[in-house]
Amino acid sequence: MNAIPQSVPRQSDETRTQNAVTVQGLTRRFNGGPAVLDRLDLTIAPGEFVALLGRSGSGKSTLLRTLSGLDPVSEGHVSRPQDVAVVFQESRLLPWKRVWQNIILGQTGGNDGRARASAVLEEVGLGHRADAWPLTLSGGEAQRAALARALVREPAFLMLDEPFAALDALTRLKMQHLVAGLWTRHRCAVLLVTHDVDEALLLADRAVVLDSGRIRTDLPIPLDRPRRHADPRFEHLRSVLLESLGVHDD
Amino acid sequence: MSETILRTAIRTVRPAPLSRPRLTPLLSGWRGLSRYLSPLLLVVLWQAACSAGLLSTRLVASPAQIIVTAWSLTRDGTLPVNLGVSLLRAASGLAIALTAGISLALISGLSRIGEDIVDAPLQIMRTLPVLALVPLFILWFGIGETPKILLVALGSTFPIYLNLHKGIRSIDPKLLEMARTLGLSHRQTIRDVILPGALPDLLTGVRFAVGISWLMLVVAEQVNADSGIGHMMMDAEDFLRTDIILVGLFVYGLLGLTSDQLVRTLEHVFLAWRPARREKGQPT
Ligand SMILES: Nc1ncnc2c1ncn2[C@@H]1O[C@H](COP(=O)(O)OP(=O)(O)O)[C@@H](O)[C@H]1O
Ligand SMILES: [Mg+2]
Repeated sequence: MNAIPQSVPRQSDETRTQNAVTVQGLTRRFNGGPAVLDRLDLTIAPGEFVALLGRSGSGKSTLLRTLSGLDPVSEGHVSRPQDVAVVFQESRLLPWKRVWQNIILGQTGGNDGRARASAVLEEVGLGHRADAWPLTLSGGEAQRAALARALVREPAFLMLDEPFAALDALTRLKMQHLVAGLWTRHRCAVLLVTHDVDEALLLADRAVVLDSGRIRTDLPIPLDRPRRHADPRFEHLRSVLLESLGVHDD
Repeated sequence: MSETILRTAIRTVRPAPLSRPRLTPLLSGWRGLSRYLSPLLLVVLWQAACSAGLLSTRLVASPAQIIVTAWSLTRDGTLPVNLGVSLLRAASGLAIALTAGISLALISGLSRIGEDIVDAPLQIMRTLPVLALVPLFILWFGIGETPKILLVALGSTFPIYLNLHKGIRSIDPKLLEMARTLGLSHRQTIRDVILPGALPDLLTGVRFAVGISWLMLVVAEQVNADSGIGHMMMDAEDFLRTDIILVGLFVYGLLGLTSDQLVRTLEHVFLAWRPARREKGQPT
């Protein structure tokens, strides 16, 4: 469907079988400044849900932009599936196209576009807003539409850059449930950038913490789903993660 | 004159009852009418001053006289013919301006090289007062239709070019980035992201252009012409017919109003995706 950007090398056969995403020695600086990403290594297995944490300005978005092909790879090696999708903090819907048209934007699907858009909108609970103009959506609805636009592409690798950060707490909870459900059904590899430790622990198989340009903490979350805050293991992992983020949870 | 006042009053009042709760239509109807009360009062005073002989008709014709003259000018064909000529000039000039302005803005908005070639000369030229070109245009093109249409075209090209160019250049970079992550081709990006995103600015430009085209036309038709509303007014000057001059003035005014309304309607149709703006003057 879409050509993979030149800067992201095609994945080799050997890595495809093991990992969905492989990053090796990735270094990124802006205008010769200090390295924002400094020889970073990261792998994500097919169907694995990874949460990426780190303080503000630690380079999370920079890593995501590189993985999505928006930024070039100058130093290091990145391999990732051809079909990727990104959801940003802002929905980035085209205001002049109706919601369903936004969903299938750039899709070469023939005449059934409307039907496919409706199906995926139904899946994110937005079927009734298919004909709405994006600027009339609430923040939560707009992010649902952005999720639908990502899912309709059936990506092997889904990137989410603080997708719920601008939503109120209640809407955020609903969206987390939605994402958990969608991931169970679609089973794509997911990289979720978040600053919410609870969100990471609720959703991810693994939480990684980015600090000084590298992954400093790589914490598996071996809890059964659905997860509960009250679980003592949840509490334990929470304090470990907070500790690695430099917050001491007494 | 008073007839048009009433008609516009009715037009602005009508939508209000639809959008407001029960008791208020009467109130907002009154508010709509009250806006036209003081102009109406002025017209009445004007008529009174003329009838009482306080105002000489050599300086200003009375409203009643203007209406009578307008009617007779319409009946003998003078007004329709001249109006037709003026409309054709404005429409031709605007058509040229739209074509030129949009093409130039696309060239300079969509490519860096195009911008280097097109933008600088246009930015320099727009600082020139276009009306100062009238003598040169007469030298170059004589006194036919060409200089008049070109004057309209030149004057109204700039607002179209400048606004559309600005619109294209100020597309939200986040949307362009999104287009890239969605795998949109260059063509698709232009068609689905850039052009619709710049449309509001284009329509703003068109609105300015329409206003300027009437201004250009007034000057062109008054400097030298043997037809058109402006010519009709200059002719009347020789015979001290202030009534005809004022009829011409009101016709120009009406043309301006109507064409502006037309562009607003276009905005309403093409920019339906924008959230409804609050009606002017209605408290919420
Ligand atoms: N386009 C850019 N030009 C210069 N510096 C940038 C640019 N993008 C990001 N940075 C810098 O890179 C660092 C990491 O930014 P970012 O990846 O956005 O952080 P995060 O998403 O973790 O909050 C910041 O110090 C930021 O100032
Ligand atoms: Mg960020």
